[in-house]
Amino acid sequence: MTAWFQTQLGDGLGWFVANLILVLAIALPLMLAVAMIIYGERRFWGAFALRRGPNVVGPFGLLQSFADGLKVALQEIIVPSAANKALFLIAPILTFTVAQILWAVIPFGDKMVLSDINVGLLYILAASSIGVYGVMIAGWSSNSKYPFYSALRAAAQMVSYEVSIGFVLLGVVMFAGSFNLSEIVLAQKGHIFGLVNGFALNPLIFPLSVIFMISAMAETGRAPFDLTEAESELVAGYQTEYSGMAFALYWLGEYANVLLMCALNATLFWGGWLPPIDWAPLYLVPGIIWLFAKIFLGFFIFSWVKATVPRYRYDQVMRLGWKIFLPISLIWIVLISGYLMLTRYSA
Amino acid sequence: MIQAFAFYLFATMLIASAVLVISARNPVHSVLWLILGFFNAAGLMLLLGAEFIAMLLVIVYVGAVAVLFLFVVMMLDIDFAELRAGFVRYLPFGLLLAMVLAVEMIFAVGAWKAGSLEMAQRLVPIPSDVPNIEAIGDLLYTRYLYVFEGAGLVLLVALIGAIVLTHRARGGIRPQNISEQVKRRPQDATRNIDQPVGQGVEL
Repeated sequence: MTAWFQTQLGDGLGWFVANLILVLAIALPLMLAVAMIIYGERRFWGAFALRRGPNVVGPFGLLQSFADGLKVALQEIIVPSAANKALFLIAPILTFTVAQILWAVIPFGDKMVLSDINVGLLYILAASSIGVYGVMIAGWSSNSKYPFYSALRAAAQMVSYEVSIGFVLLGVVMFAGSFNLSEIVLAQKGHIFGLVNGFALNPLIFPLSVIFMISAMAETGRAPFDLTEAESELVAGYQTEYSGMAFALYWLGEYANVLLMCALNATLFWGGWLPPIDWAPLYLVPGIIWLFAKIFLGFFIFSWVKATVPRYRYDQVMRLGWKIFLPISLIWIVLISGYLMLTRYSA
Repeated sequence: MIQAFAFYLFATMLIASAVLVISARNPVHSVLWLILGFFNAAGLMLLLGAEFIAMLLVIVYVGAVAVLFLFVVMMLDIDFAELRAGFVRYLPFGLLLAMVLAVEMIFAVGAWKAGSLEMAQRLVPIPSDVPNIEAIGDLLYTRYLYVFEGAGLVLLVALIGAIVLTHRARGGIRPQNISEQVKRRPQDATRNIDQPVGQGVEL
């Protein structure tokens, strides 16, 4: 598509227009997906709690998220008088933007990736490390006690779990031999006995995939690690002073981040856009459908955990990150590199 | 054309945010400008084709170092007047430092320009066909292995030193022993008794 636009409009402009269209083709469906996934999650929670969940707006309540969005868009954005106004308004934009730019390197199918860069996984790590600033700046610029506590908690929690996520990703990179997400997906083809596509069933990687799932929950601030917005202690955490669209941007950004973590989990461990079994008829289904099914399954696990597991205490969150996940993932890096030295690189 | 535009954009933003780091009134704003500066430096690295260094710069400096800066600075109660008081006194020293740095840079660039051929023979050529993570890894773990491990040892010593210097054994705290708590059974801690009415309970 880029080539076609470049012949029509010239080199630079054609590239620009083509990429703009591709960016919109990812960002707009992503927002739609976020709206639907919020509805889906509320239905899940309803089912887990033997309630009905949202079922009034539209058929089966499908339009609930759009009704909520419309309501929020019509509300006033209140800026507290003691707040640092510029930073207060920049913070939600930052969170929302970071949640979107991360999707640039996710492969949706064979060659279906916006930016096929060599350092794709490092790009994910780099861009997601900016995410914490949205929360920290919000907490500080609100000039209020609860958001501030929440910001401090978020900073410590996200930095801690990024360490173990980094080590987990290293294990996958060692097996795949590349930082490029498309190549990581292709490396999983027939990984288990030439039959199953996906790293997760490999006994050396399975523990890492579990650690990744739990760390992803902590990294996105989801239950049972939602200490940053623990309503019994901190009202609504860093979002306390926000209203209207500024609040909605946090909401959208959070769910886009959760979806991204599920997409990453699917791409790194569950074989991305490959079908689960390496069998020719299964390749007739488009890869993007397999990827979406895997993302949805991951998201279902996320909401299952959120609906059933009680919240951790803060010192327990820190203990889990530093004293359990970090040593395990470090030992696993040594194990994996030893195994690969013996099998793949022994010659 | 677009590369030149990007270079001047990143470079101007970098210098502007660096100036704002030292001139901002509020230390939290200073840290945020510093973060913007890191970003633009990473952009410059990308333009040079060093994508690995660019990503590392963002991961390490923006993702870890600046978060800790911000963490500490947010919690400090800083007296701005006192902070500005030393400005004139330290100005000559700062200027001296800046001049030393500038002269060193001029020397380095001059030496590079003068003896670029000799320099190029001593350095390892940049391979264009492999990603630069692989290129760096190939060099780091073969030719420069001992230097690399030496650097690792220095970091380890610094790590242990930081812990030794800041750790103090506090008395009077009761840390939780999780495994002990998990091992504890109801029969260790409670007992069931069937006491007749009106006789009281032995404690």
